[in-house]
Amino acid sequence: MLASILHRVSGDGMALVGLFVLLWWLGALASGPEYYETFTGYMTSPLGYLVLVGLSWAFFTHLCSGLRHFVMDVGAGYELDTNRLWSIASPAIAVALTAGFWALILLR
Amino acid sequence: MGNGTSIGKVRGLGSAHHGAHHWLVQRFTAVGNLVLSIWFIGSLLLLGDLSYANVSAYFAKPVPATAMTLLIVSVFWHARLGLQVLIEDYVHTPGNKFAVLALLNLATLGGAAFGLFCVVRLALGGAA
Repeated sequence: MLASILHRVSGDGMALVGLFVLLWWLGALASGPEYYETFTGYMTSPLGYLVLVGLSWAFFTHLCSGLRHFVMDVGAGYELDTNRLWSIASPAIAVALTAGFWALILLR
Repeated sequence: MGNGTSIGKVRGLGSAHHGAHHWLVQRFTAVGNLVLSIWFIGSLLLLGDLSYANVSAYFAKPVPATAMTLLIVSVFWHARLGLQVLIEDYVHTPGNKFAVLALLNLATLGGAAFGLFCVVRLALGGAA
């Protein structure tokens, strides 16, 4: 049940917040360097980082549970043990990927 | 054709056949999202600093500009289908449901058009 809720929350969360940030970013780029500064100012504030970390977590969570969906769509992984394992593993892997993503960004 | 109850009106009509199409397109766009978002995350990591000069020069190149337009189409389409399911699960009043779905169509089509326009502007060098 948690896997299902996480898939919906992360997907619809990205659809509502993530696409807005994506369009804001593209719009800032298309508007020129001056407005891009304003955008990066917002995004590098503490609240901006919170939004970006949240979106990256939502992305990796939805990616992992989406891949789990593909496996189940072909009829595999319905054994109780297997199903339980991956319903716990996919959000856990997503947290690890989120941490890895930010580690790569902050350490480069 | 039944006695006017809800189930009586639809009994024997079979499936509307919209569900299977929705389900398939959700998967097709998911595959598109998978490929394009891995490209996008990889680009963000490999670009180094995300300064204006760096990012705008990147999207001025043909391949990244094409990938970004494809990403916008695939992601907005997928998001529209996902939000439609959310709406259908929680908004049951017919008039309200129509209104929210119409709003969803306007928002996702408008958003995608805006995103595509921005990429075209970056790619064709119209930005100030």
